[in-house]
Amino acid sequence: MSPSSRPSVPSAAPSDAPLASADAPQAGPGRWRSNPALTRRSLLSLGVAASAMGALAACGSNTGRDEAPVGGGGTSGGSTPTLNQWYHQYGEAGTQQAVQRYAKEYPDATVKVTWKPGDYDQSMVATLLTAGAPDVFEYGNGPTIDMITGGQVADLSDLFGDAKADFDQALIDRVTYQGKIYAIPQVLDSQVLVYRKSALQKAGVTPPATVDELLAAAKTLTSGDVKGLFVGNDGGVSILGGPMLWASGLDYLTKENTFGFDDPKAVAAFTKLRELFASKTLLLGAPKDWFDASALTQGLAAMQFTGLWNLPAIEKAIPGDYGVLPWPAMPGGAPAVPVGAYGACVFAKGKNVDAAKKFVKWLWIDSTDRQLDWAQSYGFHIPARQSLVGRAEKLKSGPAAEAAKIVTDHGHAQTPLLWTPKCSTAFGDMMTRIVKEGADPKAEIAKVKAVAEAELERLGV
Amino acid sequence: MSAARRAPPWRRRLLGRQNQNLWFWVFVGPFFAGLVLFIYVPIAWSAYLSFFEAYNTVSPTRMVGFANYTDMLGDPNFRSSLTTFLVFAAFIVPTTFALSLATAVLVARTRVAQAFFRSVFFLPTACSYVVAALIWKMSIFSGVRSGLANTVLGWFGAESVPWLSVTNPPWYWLVIVSARLWLQVGFYMILFLAGLQRIGPHLYEAAAIDGATGWKAFRHITFPLLRPTSTAVLLLLLINAFQAFDEFFNILSSFGTYPPYARPPLVYLYYTALGQGQDFGHGSAGAIILTAVIAVIAVAFNRLFVREAD
Repeated sequence: MSPSSRPSVPSAAPSDAPLASADAPQAGPGRWRSNPALTRRSLLSLGVAASAMGALAACGSNTGRDEAPVGGGGTSGGSTPTLNQWYHQYGEAGTQQAVQRYAKEYPDATVKVTWKPGDYDQSMVATLLTAGAPDVFEYGNGPTIDMITGGQVADLSDLFGDAKADFDQALIDRVTYQGKIYAIPQVLDSQVLVYRKSALQKAGVTPPATVDELLAAAKTLTSGDVKGLFVGNDGGVSILGGPMLWASGLDYLTKENTFGFDDPKAVAAFTKLRELFASKTLLLGAPKDWFDASALTQGLAAMQFTGLWNLPAIEKAIPGDYGVLPWPAMPGGAPAVPVGAYGACVFAKGKNVDAAKKFVKWLWIDSTDRQLDWAQSYGFHIPARQSLVGRAEKLKSGPAAEAAKIVTDHGHAQTPLLWTPKCSTAFGDMMTRIVKEGADPKAEIAKVKAVAEAELERLGV
Repeated sequence: MSAARRAPPWRRRLLGRQNQNLWFWVFVGPFFAGLVLFIYVPIAWSAYLSFFEAYNTVSPTRMVGFANYTDMLGDPNFRSSLTTFLVFAAFIVPTTFALSLATAVLVARTRVAQAFFRSVFFLPTACSYVVAALIWKMSIFSGVRSGLANTVLGWFGAESVPWLSVTNPPWYWLVIVSARLWLQVGFYMILFLAGLQRIGPHLYEAAAIDGATGWKAFRHITFPLLRPTSTAVLLLLLINAFQAFDEFFNILSSFGTYPPYARPPLVYLYYTALGQGQDFGHGSAGAIILTAVIAVIAVAFNRLFVREAD
């Protein structure tokens, strides 16, 4: 039902389309004049167009009318309940086997794991509208505010106990709403600034500590087809908004949940991004975007803001020839990196809410060995708990250790819980207009403020 | 047969002569049911949702009347997406029309390997929009020197152009438009070829005797006699432009974000109603408004081009 699979040519039209009439006996143009065929065709095509609109809406609407429970947590009659658990498809080899093993090892319930390829977020929000939703599921940065206010996810606060202080504070705040915690962070992910040591040495550049130094470094490191810095093919529009706000001492929303960056410092920060974009020192249009390290490892750029998950690939491609930094500070601010995590959530309208809560407590709070295995054995992630970071072998030396420290010291939750998708869209539009088109930051910020304040009002804040 | 004869008259009437009505429904029924279930119910449901506040739900309870409609019409982004569509349609419809007509006339004239040329031009139609969009984005118009377009520029000593990253000049239109032309021209060329073959050669012969050849013959014979095909092609092109989604989405979106420029209505509604937004009320209202706009344009088109022919 994805719109992208829709055929480009209306499929109902050909019954009366000229292609078919080519086989008809030679009737001459007069046939067309006296025949109402065209009117009919217009109507038909109109119907096709209307259907396409309907189909768009249908993608969403046919998900909610399914009232029949689709294998939704049916109890197996006896003592142990059956729980359904969903994960998105992780790329690293062995992850699927690992979660299946964890599920099997859980003694108090039969846990059925579903591994979902494709657009996980979208199928998840759609499934939550039905009775067939899984009892336990992970969601990026915990549940959305609409899931919480819609009563779709269970309050997990009482599961944490003493362990609460051990979890990364930024993440716990991110999944907390009105004092209740709605998800258990599984592992941490982040983005850091990675640079090639040899390139910087050759150009006589020291690792930048401020945004101004970064701009200067990018300029020095640019020569011919090698660019100084890679922050994504959109010039950082989609990943640098948050870091620039935090680096200036601001955030999307204030602690009191009011609009956070109607401030001259934000104007200055976004103006810098525009300057960077216009300086011709950014790599733009790389075959693989910022989430992949090949721009750095193939020598297309000397520095790259990229995901922590790339460190093993970078180590393999250019062993020892790289260092990591946080996104540098703006005047009067501090360096910053975003922190995100998949959070384990419990479907509040399921049949076995208590059993599901027990299971997530067992897996993501009590079983520290499994949490460590999950963070370290398959890809490269940071455990969500401080006590486990100390036990993680991979994080004990080199750039990986630095990265772990950067995340602890400078991490900010990617976006606040109350920053809704609508706010994100408005923010993205603002970033594009300022950075790519050189629009006035002050006016653009005001537009986002209007959208965000309307959303906050809708949520009753 | 005997059963039908013995049946009461109301039943006979219902079944029709030789059970015609019964068989009609046996054959048409499944498709009709599918049409109703997957097309008309969703359309009606969408219209219903458009009057409600429906975040994350398709069985909403809070009715808001026309608020969703006024919101959408007041939304500068939605209005700008409609403008984007109009500009895009105003450009792509005549361009595709002219190019496919020109190729059709050239291919029809070719004496050598006509079937070969016909197939070659038609082949892109078989290509998926998504695949073409990715090829355009990642290999032809990638911003680095290894991209095809930049390699060609390099032969002339020009600097690499980040085609999809800059907005001034708006090179992204070149990428989108060229992808769409490559995908579509062949299909409409076939439609025109079919139309061309319906024009009797005796007309050209008669015209040639009167001295009308080349451009004159095209102007006074080919083009007027192609009118039915042209009208159909124009309408199909217009609707296709309205449905623009695949190549825009796949060329310009990145990580769940889409830039505010070159954002046609369907892409904007996709982000409003689907994605993480799940705002079905506003999304449905937008879809209904869009349908109304298409309806108005199609009716106007009909008046303009079809009535005139009568």
